[in-house]
Amino acid sequence: MSGTEHWLLPEGIEELLPPRAARLERLRRRLLDMFQGWGYELVIPPMIEFLDSLLTGSGHDLALQTFKLIDPASGRLLGIRADMTPQAARIDAHALQREGVVRLCYLGTVVRTQADGLGGTRSPMQLGAELFGHGGTESDLEIIDLMLETLRLIGVEQVHLDLGHVGIYRALAAEAALEPVAETEFFGLLQRKALPEIRQWLAATSLPATVRQRLGALAELHGGPEVLERARSLLAGAPAAVAEALDALAGVAAAVQQCWPDIPIHFDLGELRGYAYQTGIVFAAFVPGTGREIARGGRYDSIGQIFGRARPATGFSTDLRTLIALVPDHDGGERRRRILAPAGSDPSLRARIRALREAGHVVVQALGGGGDPPHDALLEAGPDGWRLRDLD
Amino acid sequence: MHRGLTIAVSKGRIFKEALPLLAEAGVVLRDDPERSRKLILDTGEPDVKLVIIRATDVPTYVEYGAADLGIAGKDVLMEHGGGGLYEPLDLGISRCRLMVASRPDADLALPRLRVATKYVRSARRHFADRGQQVELIKLYGSMELAPLVGLADCIVDLVDTGNTLKANGLVPRVPIADISSRLVVNKASLKIKHRRILEFMSRLEAAVAGRADDARRAGTD
Repeated sequence: MSGTEHWLLPEGIEELLPPRAARLERLRRRLLDMFQGWGYELVIPPMIEFLDSLLTGSGHDLALQTFKLIDPASGRLLGIRADMTPQAARIDAHALQREGVVRLCYLGTVVRTQADGLGGTRSPMQLGAELFGHGGTESDLEIIDLMLETLRLIGVEQVHLDLGHVGIYRALAAEAALEPVAETEFFGLLQRKALPEIRQWLAATSLPATVRQRLGALAELHGGPEVLERARSLLAGAPAAVAEALDALAGVAAAVQQCWPDIPIHFDLGELRGYAYQTGIVFAAFVPGTGREIARGGRYDSIGQIFGRARPATGFSTDLRTLIALVPDHDGGERRRRILAPAGSDPSLRARIRALREAGHVVVQALGGGGDPPHDALLEAGPDGWRLRDLD
Repeated sequence: MHRGLTIAVSKGRIFKEALPLLAEAGVVLRDDPERSRKLILDTGEPDVKLVIIRATDVPTYVEYGAADLGIAGKDVLMEHGGGGLYEPLDLGISRCRLMVASRPDADLALPRLRVATKYVRSARRHFADRGQQVELIKLYGSMELAPLVGLADCIVDLVDTGNTLKANGLVPRVPIADISSRLVVNKASLKIKHRRILEFMSRLEAAVAGRADDARRAGTD
């Protein structure tokens, strides 16, 4: 770095300046209030943790995404959080240890070694909600509902919902009893829906024809509601878990459609986002013009096991910075009255200023020498004490 | 890209060979790409646009959603890597092979073999899979020159007819992958415009299958 580039920020690290920072903060407060209104309790997990607990139950991807450093105090490896979901799971399983359903929400900056996607941020502001202790489709529905409500509150329009169920692939992969290396290979092909390679790959295996046909079908089972019917016939004869997953998916989809009749639902049974830890229904929100999902989540029932308490869990998370960029700033900020007051420590002046500020106005004392901020009114000394004069 | 479809196509040979397929699938160019200086070309359907870009840029455009669909060589997709886009259809055009080539007498088992290539990622993977540590030299063109002037022991490059290799005294040594052009699809587009895209894909697939039948018939004659 040359001497003239002291201002340069690392790639993918950004700061928020006025007025965007204030706008984000207002949104943050509204969202947390809303989560509270849904019964989700706020947790503020630490920025840095022992790497082992930070990566619990997550996949290789999160390990790559996590910045690591050595803790001089303990000699152990620390990680800077790249995802707050495992933190919330640790809190539920170990720190809280409550019986019954626990609803948690969180909002904070996470740091990632690699930017994912366009815009390329390495420090998303992660907002999320997690529901622990309930395994049925009711909680899947609640979390999807909360995600859609979050997007609505922010003002994101034309949201499309993508639904899938990783249990289907898990059951088919288990039926095929693929070796780990082969499974990774096939998983990669499926993620790219690379049909020509998938057909070749399956043809080269010694799997029974019906198993091959079912695995191959996954790459093509995406589209509108008709996908579920197609899946039932194409995947007939598969292990029972597949039919159960399809039932769960159909149930949740019908309920979401009833709650959100305007939101188009897309099904994708080959979509395995977060496959490393996800166990059931997975979902994501898309909007036109953005090449990747803007919010996502799903069920991850066994993540708490390592902390001594496996609990059913589902949740969603999103990046507040991404979302705020999607929405025009039509609220124009809070229009508070801006008042310019004279300088000085006169007790009556100070009392008046304090009263005005407490009433929600912005009061700035002139420092002299010019450079006063824009203002709508002046606080002036009048014959009967301090009075406000509005400017046009 | 909010409503219609934008298709990004690699410049050059792939574009020329893709045009008839696209036409069979119902996408006919209205602008003459030879004459027009426009970067976004109109088609017979008002909301379907074509952008003609450098081959290596196609996956980037499609992954980030600047184009809904793209046509790119498998070589480019292998270099691009990752699971950022879908590649559901092999168009069977612009076929060639990614190969290791060298002078006929070159020893490919050298420790720290020097490999000149544009396809750094694919080359690294190929040699790593065989447990061979190599020195990769990234070049942007005229790979055939590298072994001749002692810059590298071998090259990894696309080989079509093999004439360029032959003219420079090189021979193909090891095949790495069969290459052809693929249809790639942006993930969000497939979810948001799935009807439209699936319909286009099935027309394109039919056109490709028609080609394959023709080729088979020509072969049996």
